[in-house]
Amino acid sequence: MIGNDLLALSIADLQPLLRRREVSPREVIDGLRERIEVIDGNLGAYLSLDVEAAIKEAERANVDLPLGGIPIAIKDIINVMSQPCTCASKILNGYRAPYDATVIQKLRAAGAIPFGKTNLDEFAMGSSTENSALKSTRNPWDLSRVPGGSSGGSATAVAVGEAFGALGSDTGGSIRQPAALCGVVGLKPTYGRVSRFGLVAFASSLDQVGPVTKTVRDAALILNAIGGHDPQDSISLNEPVPDYLAELGNDLRGVRLGVPKEYMIEGIDPQVRAAIDAAVKQLNSLGAEIVEVSLPSTEYAIAVYYIIATAEASANLARFDGVRYGYRAENPKDVLDLYGRTREEGFGPEVKRRIILGTYVLSSGYYDAYYLRAQKVRELIRQDFARVFQNVDALISPTSPVAAFKLGERSADPLQMYLADIFTIAANLAGICGISIPCGFAELNGHRLPIGLQLLGKPLDEARILQIAHAYEQSTDWHKARPPIASNAPRL
Amino acid sequence: MAGNSDLDVAYVARLARINLTKDEAEIFQKQLDDVLRYVEKLREVDVTGIDVAAHALPVVFRDDAPRDWFTAEQALGNAPRQANGLFVVPKVVE
Repeated sequence: MIGNDLLALSIADLQPLLRRREVSPREVIDGLRERIEVIDGNLGAYLSLDVEAAIKEAERANVDLPLGGIPIAIKDIINVMSQPCTCASKILNGYRAPYDATVIQKLRAAGAIPFGKTNLDEFAMGSSTENSALKSTRNPWDLSRVPGGSSGGSATAVAVGEAFGALGSDTGGSIRQPAALCGVVGLKPTYGRVSRFGLVAFASSLDQVGPVTKTVRDAALILNAIGGHDPQDSISLNEPVPDYLAELGNDLRGVRLGVPKEYMIEGIDPQVRAAIDAAVKQLNSLGAEIVEVSLPSTEYAIAVYYIIATAEASANLARFDGVRYGYRAENPKDVLDLYGRTREEGFGPEVKRRIILGTYVLSSGYYDAYYLRAQKVRELIRQDFARVFQNVDALISPTSPVAAFKLGERSADPLQMYLADIFTIAANLAGICGISIPCGFAELNGHRLPIGLQLLGKPLDEARILQIAHAYEQSTDWHKARPPIASNAPRL
Repeated sequence: MAGNSDLDVAYVARLARINLTKDEAEIFQKQLDDVLRYVEKLREVDVTGIDVAAHALPVVFRDDAPRDWFTAEQALGNAPRQANGLFVVPKVVE
């Protein structure tokens, strides 16, 4: 059985132990299972765990493959064959996936073992994981606070050593923001870099799948495995996948980084601002040139997002009607009653709100004023990025304007919750890539709460933001810090 | 019962096939009125001459070629009600 030291390892540090046969894939699964049994009751990162299936795979794992014998936790909105895929919604009660998502097939081909389905905001709609209809997830650094969202279960699991790495999905920040709030690395690849076939669709012009990991190198390892063209996702890019490990270790001489002046807004927590300022200095001292840039359409990003994302969600979620899968209302008197009550009883409040808003902005008489106008402003946001990327290699900002907030603090006011997504949303609207890495801590009521640094890169330039993130990470100790609940975890 | 915007939550919920309780409709009306008031700021943007891209990157089509996929049993495997290889729903046409 493996203990706390081994569970704290990165994927890259676990691999040599597996390859030298010092630890077996089976022992790794057993170690994770024990960790989850001991501490997940307090954290709520996982919705389901198929231990038997994972053990079977571990026993025939080829540890010499790129991710051989490495268990990866999967956000419960990605289909894994024969396992539940709840989307943290009652409406998918009883559903079992009849197929593997393309990213799961690719992970398996690289030798990885999908292990455990992690909690999320229902259908990935939220920034705190509080919208899960099934379970409450807590921030491992302070159990009275949220882990961020929507991939809050994946970020929590990685932060506490309940997983060596995880997959999340990012529609407006849902990988990067929970990674920031839990003190881990989260990468949103370029729109089209990673297949979404088998990811339950939320907003199809924005959704991307990506890794949540302990280190930048691990994020590159997973992207190597899951990136690439898939004819089954119509927006998948048919572009070669470089070796994302190749640029790691290169220094930052000649790298130009932009600080968007519109991102240095009122409302950024002073401790977050101080951490970002220090990170900018650190990147500068590593050789990067820092310049101020302007993204003038920034202030419209949230408004654009909540029109486009809800419009697309209203169409995508029409398929949950109680006919083909999942929950169905009892004794419907006719087919409209079947639809209306199934969706009333099956969807939680945030999902209903977004479907209603999305239906409204697409409806006759309002389409031009809301949806079409939002699409046009989205184009301006995309042009902002295209313009600044002519002069800089990447942009720097906070991932979230605040560290983890209290459970319940924002859930009563949807608009306040939406406004916290200010720094992450534009990357999805523009289709560019982004990463969040740990860059310090805020001290609040005796708890240390992680702060995330966001780097945004050009389309398909993941290698560059990984290189910059890696150089920063290796020059600091932030990524080595683990929440007390992980380092003090008792044995069974 | 419309609030400060043109949005009538109860009406749009019917279009979206979601039954709402009266209480839920009232709460959503207030919350979505707030959101719609916030997105009003898009009216101040000059969008003349902007070409709309539905996606940030171009769409790529694949060949429409037949391939192996679910069997009928697999496709019906998650249905709440099924019989004779079909999904069962309440009577639609009298």
